[in-house]
Amino acid sequence: MAAPSIRSTERARESPPPAARHVGVLPGFGLTLGFSLTYLALLVLLPLTALVIRPWELGADGVWRVLSSPRTLAALKISFGISLLAAALNVVFGTLVAWVVVRYRFWGRPLMNALIDLPFALPTAVAGIALATLYSPKGWLGGPLMELGIKAAFGPPGIFIALVFIGLPFVVRTVEPVLEDLDREIEEAAATLGARRWQVVWRVVLPPLVPAILTGFILAFARAVGEYGSVIFIAGNIPGVSEIAPLLIVIRLEEYDYAGAATIGAVMLLAAFVIILIVNLLQRWSRRWAD
Amino acid sequence: MGGLTRTLAAARTRLKPAQRPWEEPLGIRLLLIGIAILFLGVFLVLPLAVVLTQALRKGLDAYLEGIGSPDSLAAIRLTLTVAAIAVPLNTIFGLATAWAIAKFEFWGKSLLTTIVDLPFSVSPVISGLIYVLLFGANGWFGPFLEAHGIRVIFTVTGLVIATIFVTLPFVARELIPLMQDQGTDEEEAAVLLGASGWQTFFRVTLPNVKWALLYGVLLCNARAMGEFGAVSVVSGHIRGVTNTMPLQVEILYNEYNYVGAFAVASLLAGLALVTLVLKTLLEWRFRSDRFDSAES
Repeated sequence: MAAPSIRSTERARESPPPAARHVGVLPGFGLTLGFSLTYLALLVLLPLTALVIRPWELGADGVWRVLSSPRTLAALKISFGISLLAAALNVVFGTLVAWVVVRYRFWGRPLMNALIDLPFALPTAVAGIALATLYSPKGWLGGPLMELGIKAAFGPPGIFIALVFIGLPFVVRTVEPVLEDLDREIEEAAATLGARRWQVVWRVVLPPLVPAILTGFILAFARAVGEYGSVIFIAGNIPGVSEIAPLLIVIRLEEYDYAGAATIGAVMLLAAFVIILIVNLLQRWSRRWAD
Repeated sequence: MGGLTRTLAAARTRLKPAQRPWEEPLGIRLLLIGIAILFLGVFLVLPLAVVLTQALRKGLDAYLEGIGSPDSLAAIRLTLTVAAIAVPLNTIFGLATAWAIAKFEFWGKSLLTTIVDLPFSVSPVISGLIYVLLFGANGWFGPFLEAHGIRVIFTVTGLVIATIFVTLPFVARELIPLMQDQGTDEEEAAVLLGASGWQTFFRVTLPNVKWALLYGVLLCNARAMGEFGAVSVVSGHIRGVTNTMPLQVEILYNEYNYVGAFAVASLLAGLALVTLVLKTLLEWRFRSDRFDSAES
């Protein structure tokens, strides 16, 4: 009995017991967490606090006056409304593109796959002037559209085009991995049991994609609501007609109306928080779906 | 499941492609591919083509003149400077945050991860606005700093801070999930064998995450050089002083100097294409790494 117990104390001296090892072997916790928290506090939390507090310099009345002014309301309506439409179009085409990229093998597929992320990589100002030129009445696409009686650039349709562009990758990139992981044998089984192809796609393939499609939709929508660079060149920026909320913030700032700018900004930030919350709930839902 | 698999495999070999009821007919397939190509062609390829043709519309000399004007050169220099400060800082931040989150247990971890991702949910314009609210002429700290001879808004400092904000999550969000997956076993082994903290980091952790780190840095850099909304709010558009390349594009465009605007824009579009190529290469690398570890 004596000998083994001596050996075990020796071993204990060489390496700490498992519980203690887990708590404190790796160094750098204080340094890295301290640095990270300081960085975030100074660069993210303090400035965002200013955004939440400064509107109240106007008093509750003043905040209400800013928010209920026709120009603000119109800008918010344009930003949120057209973003919804653009995200909806991206749901249809994004799902289709994801399907084509995952399921079919064809020449140029790798190129297509790489190109999908272009709206993430292309600076928004470049996208903005390119789209404005493309859809202007003299542009490659704006000209023919004009002959059809559609004025694409310098109005709400221009905003829509720019927001489709910048939201394009979101649905594709959220749907793609889920589609790749789908077990194709279930589809084959459904087909063998006599289901038509469209029935299989509608009843077997589409349901598990729904959480991913919704997540992509909301991410595209959120990005579109805040978008500035690609929109302002093509929008025409007519107050009440094609003036987006981010542009109105810039205009208020140029008038040194900081509190007014902060009020509109705070409303958009609040919307962003609600959106994060919905995305988190959706992801939890889709995980439960996967189980 | 085994029986079903065998039955299906047998069915698969018996049927010609056209008869397989679980695949779309060739016509439908071609139609869907056609729609995808048309959609991406109109929304992605045509804008790129517009940038190139407009930049070269008046010939190569005009193009080079557009890039080589003193204001454009100053803008290129400023963009490189801003990225050279913002990207390394956010890389260090990403590594530190990922180390703290992935290697230790502490309260509030998921809240911290959410805050790291926050800048991605904020409109670029708001990303600039928040610093004007702090450091502008009517800002909380603006008058105090002004009295001490420090200006942030309408200076390069402001551009750098706004750029750091919008690109803050890129490196951290690539590293956090990967380092969490990798756990702490290798680092603990290194430390127990006598390696110092820095040795463990540079010889064990860094080689394990190098591709994800490069990926994050690549995307961070692309955004830092291309950011428009946030820097536009804090810059004040002072020519040759606080104009980055995207702001220079805007100024030239609004002056109807289309060749100049698209010439500078073509450089940014080139940066975007190079970024996409490198990103695709890194993704292949990722995938083959994953296969290697799955085989071994």
